[in-house]
Amino acid sequence: MSGGDLLDIARGVARAARDGEQVEAYVVRTRDTDVEVFGGEVESLTTASVEGVGIRVIAGRRQGLAWAGSLAADVIDETLQEARDNAGFGEPDEWYGLASPADVNGATPPKLDLWREELVSVPTEEKVRIALDLERATRAADTRIRNVESASYGDALAEAALANSLGVEAHTRRTTCSASAVALADDGSGTQSGYGFVAGRTLSDLDLESIPRDAATRACRLLGAKPVPGRRIPVILDPLVTRSVLGVLSSAFNGESMLKGRSLFAGRTGELIGAPFVQLIDDPTDARALGASEFDGDGVPTRRNALIVDGVMQGFLHNVYTGRRSGSGTTASATRGIGSTPGVGVRALRLEPGPKSPEEIMRGAGEALYVQSVSGLHSGTNPISGDFSVGAEGLMVRDGAFAEPVREITIASTLQRMLLDITEVGSDLIFLPGAVAGMTVLVGEMTMSGA
Amino acid sequence: MTVPLIESDVLQETLDHALRGGGDFAEVFVEDRRSSNGRFDDGRIEELVSGRDRGAGLRVVRGETTGFAHTADLSREGLLHAAEAAAGAARGVGGGTHTVALGAPSPHPIAAGVVLPETVEKRRKVELLARADAAARATGSAVTSVTASYADARRRILVANSDGLLADDDRVRTRLAVQCVATGDTGMQTGHEAPGRTMGFELFDNFAPEDVGRRAAQRALTLLDAVPAPSGRLPVVLKRGAGGVLFHEACGHGLEADHILKDASVFKGQMGTSVASPLVTLVDDGGYAQEWGTLAIDDEGHPAQRNVLIENGVLTDFMWDVVRARKAGRAPSGNGRRESYRHLPMPRMTNTFVLEGATDPADIIRNVDFGIYCVQLGGGQVDPATGDFVFGVTEAYLIEKGEVTRPIRAAQLIGNGPDVLRMVDAVGNDFETWTGMCGKQGQSVPVSSGQPTVLVREMTVGGTAA
Repeated sequence: MSGGDLLDIARGVARAARDGEQVEAYVVRTRDTDVEVFGGEVESLTTASVEGVGIRVIAGRRQGLAWAGSLAADVIDETLQEARDNAGFGEPDEWYGLASPADVNGATPPKLDLWREELVSVPTEEKVRIALDLERATRAADTRIRNVESASYGDALAEAALANSLGVEAHTRRTTCSASAVALADDGSGTQSGYGFVAGRTLSDLDLESIPRDAATRACRLLGAKPVPGRRIPVILDPLVTRSVLGVLSSAFNGESMLKGRSLFAGRTGELIGAPFVQLIDDPTDARALGASEFDGDGVPTRRNALIVDGVMQGFLHNVYTGRRSGSGTTASATRGIGSTPGVGVRALRLEPGPKSPEEIMRGAGEALYVQSVSGLHSGTNPISGDFSVGAEGLMVRDGAFAEPVREITIASTLQRMLLDITEVGSDLIFLPGAVAGMTVLVGEMTMSGA
Repeated sequence: MTVPLIESDVLQETLDHALRGGGDFAEVFVEDRRSSNGRFDDGRIEELVSGRDRGAGLRVVRGETTGFAHTADLSREGLLHAAEAAAGAARGVGGGTHTVALGAPSPHPIAAGVVLPETVEKRRKVELLARADAAARATGSAVTSVTASYADARRRILVANSDGLLADDDRVRTRLAVQCVATGDTGMQTGHEAPGRTMGFELFDNFAPEDVGRRAAQRALTLLDAVPAPSGRLPVVLKRGAGGVLFHEACGHGLEADHILKDASVFKGQMGTSVASPLVTLVDDGGYAQEWGTLAIDDEGHPAQRNVLIENGVLTDFMWDVVRARKAGRAPSGNGRRESYRHLPMPRMTNTFVLEGATDPADIIRNVDFGIYCVQLGGGQVDPATGDFVFGVTEAYLIEKGEVTRPIRAAQLIGNGPDVLRMVDAVGNDFETWTGMCGKQGQSVPVSSGQPTVLVREMTVGGTAA
């Protein structure tokens, strides 16, 4: 993919701005390959190239947006007209405005190594072989694996450019790849499933051998799982579960939610909201994070934002609009696709790792519940009230080791309580696809409901 | 008569090209989608967006392998190029060559009386949101935040395949959603209401925006007075309409043929056997009038139809798309669906219903000594391989000595699909549907579910009460 032409397209749209009008174009292009295998055969092989544009027009303090899944010149013209028309039906808002050089404030984008040329030239046959090998190895990983539900490889070459009529421009591109397998284990007591996956920027980042091992271990150790009687109990969150919980929690730091009265931490800046050793950071300038980016969705260079330092709430994340409206200024946290105006969100959220390994945490936890996976996270958690109640499966932990597996239970608390109840943050920081990294976390007490 | 998306001679050439190097099956799926959506927040229109998306997905099946490619370029050259890419992806697996002869098109014109979104002034869409917002705010002074959103989409599709099938459809969907936050002694609580149908702007003849706003607000207000949900195994009464999504998640997904053929469903090998209480009959009906999941044809060109999945407790059928049906040597059931031309179709539900029974819903509640009455469920999740599921409950009450009493909050229902099917102890003589989006392998499609008031003998309720 050539770097220049997307930015040229975006500039062309921005130049079409009329007097008294601000115009912004956000242009994206991705090239994906996905391989799914089953039963020793390629089940599907998808190669696809997607491109599109989102155009935002602000005129008379009114804002409108239109998008199209095409970069054809006539479609772009039609989209610009449609965005203008939509702006006519908007309501005036004094804080509307595109990012200006003043918002960028002289910041230079971080230099991040997000593009690996070698991934571009990996032949399709190699990708197919990875997926087939993965399936075979997963099936062979344990005698109790009766089937591999899916094994897959996927990669994406993504590029985005933004230009606006105030002179702000941005261009970024990145490569990502991932592989995964889902194992089904059965020892006569019923079926359990478990998955393994890895992600990175290029093939050499992928520890492919860990996938069959993880999938088999996670499925087999749940065999014979049963509900257990409910009680209050310390809970150890698997890194993947920690990631999910932090993902829900992140909206409480969203400046847009705060302005609309929908953040459970509104008015809490400067207060202790977590255990005193808890550090929560969103750092899109950390190239290890798969969500890292040089620019945000307004075109402003990204920066590291600390959200909790020593348990104390530091503030909210903002895009240009919420930054102006709140008076705090942007934190370069605009997130977007082509189909909507920029929102606010994290890109690379993580807790600062603690000193202990997962094994050390287990040894110190006493009798605890190890949660391997949760379900119903979106229905069972309420980022506005903080209520948290999700389905869970995992294992009991006794004397520092895994004991009997459990399923069909729920764990409940509130997000506020959980942050304060964190007693250990593991050293096992793992960067995962999406905007949040994971690690093992011990929460001192939650309500477990079961049989 | 509208202009066809692609002329049939170009489709034929594309299919021929796709199978030039061999293959068992080729298909072109063309889509032209226009959508608009608006969001009213903080008492004003916040965002008005229009979208346009068009393109074609090409697939070539050879043996067990499907090659897939898609393009936004609908010119002859664009289609031929995508056909080549799809064929290349399926290369080297064998299969014979074909000559393709397309049949006559079977157009599905939009039903009379559908008010097309593009004929409705944007001003009217904005007004609608303002009305929903005002009604929600007027419901109670504790309502502190209201978000109302409107969305419509018109999706024209055309499918042609190497079996000679040629079919098109013109789908119009409209939806209004209102989310309210109420603030009180128990903190912030939310309420949600979101009706949608396969129809145009006349949706609002049946669903006044004021009613939608009020219902969402009332839900949030009710939760302010709610007590923490109890925990443990309890009888659960699912109000008509509220529990269909549970049957969709907990049973429906396990009845999709891809899970069956991969031996990743608890229902594998159960055909003809009793899998549910004899009170349960479960159908999937893509042809049901104007429901959210209704289609004239599925996304592989096959007519939507009513499929009986479980009849009086006995498993009678699964849901099939073309690829899985070919593998099983049977006809597809009109359940091949995809999110867009960028996605491969797979077996999906449409409108999934538990059919009504004979019991008066009031009697169902009267016979429960202590349990939960669920009026609205939030999203849910299921592992089809095990049948284990979990559901959030967004509006529910305690049942104490046969009476519905206090509202409860922060409850989750967890259980196992086959277990719940067997524990259905009563089925009411009422019925209502529910509108939702169903996600599977990263693809989201509109579905509805429906059910009469149902008593499940026992489910695990995960609450926060001490």
